[in-house]
Amino acid sequence: MSSTNISTHEVHHDVHEEHEHHHEQNFIEKYIFSQDHKVIAKQFLFTGIFWAFVGGFLSILFRLQLGWPQATFTFLEPILGGWVENGKLSTEFYLAMVTMHGTIMVFFVLTAGLSGTFANFLIPLQIGARDMASGFMNMLSFWIFFLSSIILLTSLFIETGPASGGWTVYPPLSALPQAMPGSGLGMTLWLVSMALFIVSQLLGGVNYITTIINLRTKGMSMTKLPLTIWALFLTAVLGLLAFPVLFSAALLLIFDRSFGTSFYLSDIFIAGEALANTGGSPVLFQHLFWFLGHPEVYIVIMPAMGLVSEVITTNSRKPIFGYRAMIGSLMGISVLSFVVWAHHMFVSGMNPFLGSVFMFLTLIIAVPSAVKVFNWLATLWRGNIRFSTAMLFAIGFVSLFISGGLTGIILGNSALDIHLHDTYFVIAHFHLVMGAAAFFGMFTGVYHWFPKMFGRMMDEKLGFIHFWLTFIAVYLVFMPMHYLGIAGFPRRYYSWTGFEAFNMFADMNTFISISAIIGFSAQFIFLFNFIYSIFKGRRSTPNPWHSNTLEWTTPVLPGHGNWPGPLPVVYRWPYDYSKPGAVEDYIPQTVPFSETQSSNFPHEKDLE
Amino acid sequence: MDLAMVPGTFNEETKSAGVHPLKFALILIIVSIVMMFAAFTSAYIVRRAEGNWLEFELPNILFIDTVIILLSSVSMQWAYFAARNNKLGVLKTMLLLTFGLGVAFLAGQFDGWAELVRNNVFFGGTESNPAGSFLYVLTGVHGFHLISGLIFILAVLIASFRYKVHSKNMLRIQLCTIYWHFLGALWLYLYIFLRINH
Repeated sequence: MSSTNISTHEVHHDVHEEHEHHHEQNFIEKYIFSQDHKVIAKQFLFTGIFWAFVGGFLSILFRLQLGWPQATFTFLEPILGGWVENGKLSTEFYLAMVTMHGTIMVFFVLTAGLSGTFANFLIPLQIGARDMASGFMNMLSFWIFFLSSIILLTSLFIETGPASGGWTVYPPLSALPQAMPGSGLGMTLWLVSMALFIVSQLLGGVNYITTIINLRTKGMSMTKLPLTIWALFLTAVLGLLAFPVLFSAALLLIFDRSFGTSFYLSDIFIAGEALANTGGSPVLFQHLFWFLGHPEVYIVIMPAMGLVSEVITTNSRKPIFGYRAMIGSLMGISVLSFVVWAHHMFVSGMNPFLGSVFMFLTLIIAVPSAVKVFNWLATLWRGNIRFSTAMLFAIGFVSLFISGGLTGIILGNSALDIHLHDTYFVIAHFHLVMGAAAFFGMFTGVYHWFPKMFGRMMDEKLGFIHFWLTFIAVYLVFMPMHYLGIAGFPRRYYSWTGFEAFNMFADMNTFISISAIIGFSAQFIFLFNFIYSIFKGRRSTPNPWHSNTLEWTTPVLPGHGNWPGPLPVVYRWPYDYSKPGAVEDYIPQTVPFSETQSSNFPHEKDLE
Repeated sequence: MDLAMVPGTFNEETKSAGVHPLKFALILIIVSIVMMFAAFTSAYIVRRAEGNWLEFELPNILFIDTVIILLSSVSMQWAYFAARNNKLGVLKTMLLLTFGLGVAFLAGQFDGWAELVRNNVFFGGTESNPAGSFLYVLTGVHGFHLISGLIFILAVLIASFRYKVHSKNMLRIQLCTIYWHFLGALWLYLYIFLRINH
């Protein structure tokens, strides 16, 4: 390992010779303010894992309340302090936890943690680049994200509590500090944190797109890119187009909150007294928010789709089924994601005709989604499947995506949505299709690329246990929620026992909460496996999964610059698995056709 | 965001043919700014259609500002050509002129705000209406980006005094020119938009 490091170092020196005097990297430059994309990726990963545990813990807390509404939780007093009064969770804190769970999971884990990690890690490695287009911007992206994380974390510990108006922060609830305690300082910190988060995402996204467009190695045409890169590319494009709009929306909300404007506020009475604000429109915020918010769910799910495509094809030992259809469906999803936002607003009083248009467009998304599912299943079909942990999670992803996606077709119908809106049916739908599924995509990525990140393997047995516990728990948690939702059980309610109609669901809620606790506990197996394997895992070979993509042609632990020698040259697409006539069941992208004459197809003879 | 444009962080060795990565990145940043203003102006249209909209006269100075910023685009382009032809004196003069016009534009915008306040069109407070607030937001956010553009010009100006801007080293001024033209075009769009929709 040490010899590898030395050799990469020397080349790195050559590279920079003409630019500046090269100096030894000290600890801070190497591990903290690093401009190496691999280190930045790990920083995103660690922060993301931290946030995932915070977000998960919050969900367990409110599941305790929902599962055992009559119980007293005096044992929580040492950690929650004033938020537990006489053993009862405070209602304000319940709303705060729901809000923070959503914010943390959607933005800080599944956006920054997922695409931050894998876009940074995989883009340069899989396209054959030394680093991102701008390492400095990349570093800035992480540290702004880190600052935004600290601000959000701080808001959890202030006296009036964090933002509590739901992760969608609809005004007027979020705009008026007197509306609820969480709309005071907590909301201000939420907005500041989110503004920084958006800046971080834009810096990252600009870098990802530029790198993919400009820094592909020789021979790596767009149609030879692994699907991971296509997915991350389109994700970054969505982010670049959607996040500035959220920034605009947040800016106007900040003005409403702190500068007395009335963009979203009009005709509001608080305690019988009219506010001075006139002329605003709260629905305007919903439009602006969901113009980001809907692409955001694809920003969350598309990287997972990319990772899963790659892992499924590698571990099925078969070429991906319908490579171009996979790219096409990603593009289709990307375009459609911008014209469906109002399906979140069917009950906001919008014009029913407009609702029908958005319904129609929404249902069209089923087509590219179905193409993707079909292609994954067709790739698995009669494959020589290796059930590695990553593969298990990838198959789990497909399962969750199907189960959650089908209810999307139901919710997309504006007539059905009137009944199901804001019920647990919605919760079940999006947790399966973008929450759990995206987490499974993330696990897929971590288990599969762990050897490239840390030079060691994760433990497969622990991974196996982790997978099955998580997979079963996810279904046990979210399947019953569909039933609750159809019965009209509303989301975000603290004291649902006050309603005659919902009292009969006490047992089901307890069941869901127990499943959630089991599922959350299983994540500690992952955490242990992850940390233990970084230090004590079995050492990895350069290409442990016999994969075709470029990252496996680097040394086990690539140094800054990734390839010790010249950049690799690409001759073929990344999915030549089990090619008839080939010596082995995989042919890396760097192998020219002239070396594989026994397996070349007739049209490839010209390329020899 | 412009901090990120600090040159020299990019590893030249891996550059492939085509657009320079930093230039490409700048275009992407411009796209994100465009999206931001697309959000503001579409929100403006949607909100205006709902009624309860204060109609008022746009300050006349906005027209003068439009002329100023168009002139500054000309001088910026002039500076670019001067750099390409290695006329370093003209380059510095033109950069300075552009910077001055940019400052004049900002001063004009500020004066426009003062005129609005004199006409009882306020940003916030009990007498404000989103119609006025939107005007402040559009001009303010544009002004903020213009300040970032001025900082960029200043950076190029300093570099030009160190003989780092010339025909063989055009990246800085090229990026700066693109950004400045974009800011001018953005203002032209906003001005026409406001003229039509009010």
